[in-house]
Amino acid sequence: MTDIYNAYINTAEVKGSGSGILSGVRVSIKDNISTKDIETTCASKILKGYIPPYDAHVITRLKAEGAIIAGKTNMDEFGMGSTTENSAFGPTLNPRDVTRVPGGSSGGSAAAVAGGLVSMALGSDTGGSVRCPAAWCGVVGLKPSYGRVSRFGLIAYANSFEQIGPMTTNVRDAAKLFSVIAGHDPKDSTSVNKPYDGNVVPEISGKTIGIPKEYFGEGVDAGVSGEVRKAIGKLEELGANIVDVSLPSMKYALPAYYVTCTCEASSNLGRFDGVRFGPEPEMNLPWHDAYTKVREAGFGGEVRRRILLGTFALSAGYYGKYYVKAQHAKQLIAKDFAAALQTCDMLAGPTMPNIAPKIGELTADPLQMYQADILTVPVNIAGIPAISVPCGTAHKMPVGLQLMGRMFGEETILNAALAYEEAV
Amino acid sequence: MADEDFTVIIGLEVHCQLDTASKLFCGCSADFRADAPNTHVCPVCLGLPGAMPVLNKKAIEYALKVAKALNCRIPEEGEFCRKNYFYPDLVKAYQITMGDNPLALGGYIEIEDDAGNPKVVNLTRIHVEEDPGRLVHMGNKERGHYTLVDYNRSGIPLIEMVTEPELSSPKEARRLLNKLRATLEYLDVFDPEKEGSIRVDANISIKGHERVEIKNISSYKGVEKALTFEITRQKNLIRRGGTISRETRHFQEGKGTTTSARSKEVANDYRYFPEPDLPVIRVSDWVEKIALPELPDARRDRFMSQYGIAVNHARTLTGDLHLAEFYELAAPVGAQITASWVADILIGELNYRDMPLSKVTSHADQFKELVILVRDKTITDKAGVDVLRVWLDSLHENGSPESPAAIVARLGLIREAGESFRGIVEKILAKNPQAIADHKAGKKGALNFIVGQVMKETKGKSDPREIHAMIAEILGE
Repeated sequence: MTDIYNAYINTAEVKGSGSGILSGVRVSIKDNISTKDIETTCASKILKGYIPPYDAHVITRLKAEGAIIAGKTNMDEFGMGSTTENSAFGPTLNPRDVTRVPGGSSGGSAAAVAGGLVSMALGSDTGGSVRCPAAWCGVVGLKPSYGRVSRFGLIAYANSFEQIGPMTTNVRDAAKLFSVIAGHDPKDSTSVNKPYDGNVVPEISGKTIGIPKEYFGEGVDAGVSGEVRKAIGKLEELGANIVDVSLPSMKYALPAYYVTCTCEASSNLGRFDGVRFGPEPEMNLPWHDAYTKVREAGFGGEVRRRILLGTFALSAGYYGKYYVKAQHAKQLIAKDFAAALQTCDMLAGPTMPNIAPKIGELTADPLQMYQADILTVPVNIAGIPAISVPCGTAHKMPVGLQLMGRMFGEETILNAALAYEEAV
Repeated sequence: MADEDFTVIIGLEVHCQLDTASKLFCGCSADFRADAPNTHVCPVCLGLPGAMPVLNKKAIEYALKVAKALNCRIPEEGEFCRKNYFYPDLVKAYQITMGDNPLALGGYIEIEDDAGNPKVVNLTRIHVEEDPGRLVHMGNKERGHYTLVDYNRSGIPLIEMVTEPELSSPKEARRLLNKLRATLEYLDVFDPEKEGSIRVDANISIKGHERVEIKNISSYKGVEKALTFEITRQKNLIRRGGTISRETRHFQEGKGTTTSARSKEVANDYRYFPEPDLPVIRVSDWVEKIALPELPDARRDRFMSQYGIAVNHARTLTGDLHLAEFYELAAPVGAQITASWVADILIGELNYRDMPLSKVTSHADQFKELVILVRDKTITDKAGVDVLRVWLDSLHENGSPESPAAIVARLGLIREAGESFRGIVEKILAKNPQAIADHKAGKKGALNFIVGQVMKETKGKSDPREIHAMIAEILGE
């Protein structure tokens, strides 16, 4: 099959030696997940030619269940972006409308699934990178609870927020893929021992669903919110109790997110210096100058911007003003979610405030691009799980319904998502 | 400016490699010194993208042992953080270390000041961090210089112990390091024999002036030398009316001097922040379970009470774990005589040969045999020293030494009664009338020369006390 959407950076057909519930199933992998003997670039020139000598934990799990690794998918460089345009390998196109972006940063994985190239893919979600392209391409995407899936082998962008998650055509496949990758891994010290048994059943009746008013505020497209409200109506029809809730600290979410993730990224990306992998530095230069050249040439504009922002925010005299404040905001946001989820079994709202923009529309203005993450980042900050399920179209493009669960409450939101999916 | 106050203020940051089996954040073996470069590496200690640190709990346990032994306060939680800087030996461009929440705070070490009085030196903190890799500079002017990187050392656990600026002399600094080394050795967490296992940064200032940091001194001797050089440099600069600038200097081990580091190297803003890939450590939960062995001071006191030996002997013998163990092994043949033979004679002879004690410990029985020969006056003290030297030389050279008894027999060193040497004494007295005249004129020690001549002539078989008595008798005193 030709890759007309530019969904892949590298295609591959590597069969795992095991056999199990994914026997013979082709799964595409976002190119920031380390795959032994398959080039892994994070869509960056700086990792061109890097072939990991080891598999990420999730890849080991997939192979053990008999999956076929069907290529490495395009993404925003190092996960930094919401459109999959920030790639050294060119933008990925949205299979639903090739003049539009697929969303990001796991746009290649979403396009591969939406375009029918595979039925399952893995993405990673730092601030919405699974759910955004899932919503914009019309597929299912799950961001697991922080710690539920091992990050070992996931090339870090913002360690304290990100999780690897399934992207699939339907909820049952999402549950199946999630059951394979969830569970404890001693190689990731933040991983927890919460496996998932994969027994997804349509179940929504009697559940209380909170609707945070902030998810229908300013900046949310009327077409999008209309579709999502219709979907919520459907859930009510299916027996759910719908209640209004509020997350007052959500106004801090974007700044807290962007401060923390740029800080962590500025540190994580320091190792890309040309010494052990990536393009060879100029050997006749003093090391300091050789590093500078490699990094200048190797990183794209958005990555350089975030490295500089994070470096600035961590510098002496600013750490307290930015990083420390962001951590404080993080606690407030987590508290808001915890409070709402004490009375509610889950929260619901749109995944993205708009439909997929046209190619080039968002990249011109980084601030506008950052704004697009407003409904996805709070979940990463709180650490809770969230799923995006297709719920109709607005302006002829897919809209995603976002269900947000309690910490380690994936089962509840998967069951609810399945109930919805089966009812429409 | 005769009464200018040149009070010296020194603080140390001591980094020791913890002697764990594996590295701090991965399973790679820490025992790399005999192996080829880059053979003890994995995705984690190479900093490969996606690899994550997993804490080696042993390292924390070791560090908490040290903290407890040094009387530190253990907080509830310890937290790793990242120290960000670029350098080719630093795989991730950050070092995982500890910042605001170290493993231990406060604490103290007791040493003696230069006058021999007890002195307490307070500690600021103790934390654990990872060692970077190692750069090996190669090439030459003709063929070009290049540098190789060896990551075997990358990720080896280090414990950093920081003292308050309370040391007053290079010798005090040396004594503090010795005490620290002994304590870590007693705790069985550190192997000082391993190359590069200790590195010291020293802050030094003259009271009222700026302080200077000397970085990366890698030996005990080096610390004393670097500080001594630096004090002279700073005093001279002040005397000439110059100002000490706050700077970092490197110690040139070969030359024994310090040189200013280029400002580019030190103008780092390390941008510390908590390591997101490691949970905080509930330190207080661990510390209860940690049991401490007998430590140097306790052992010193026990040696004095149990063996009745003098404080200086007890201090020397307990200042090194292996020495203390060796002493206790040999002490049954006579606690005091053994203390004196180990502390006063053996150590010096070993140092002279640059020979490790471990060579002797495996032949402790023969050493005991020697002490018994002296104790029972089978040989004289002087002959004993000669036998020890011959014995150590043979041990040093071929590892299987000739026994002291055999050496005594071969060299004919058995002590003989004074009477048999009367002829020799008389002969030497006759040859040295001046010495006798000096002695008669009341010059103290004038006869020692005569006695020494007799000892020499009798190959040490004579007892100097007996010879003294015989001379006195001959001279009619």
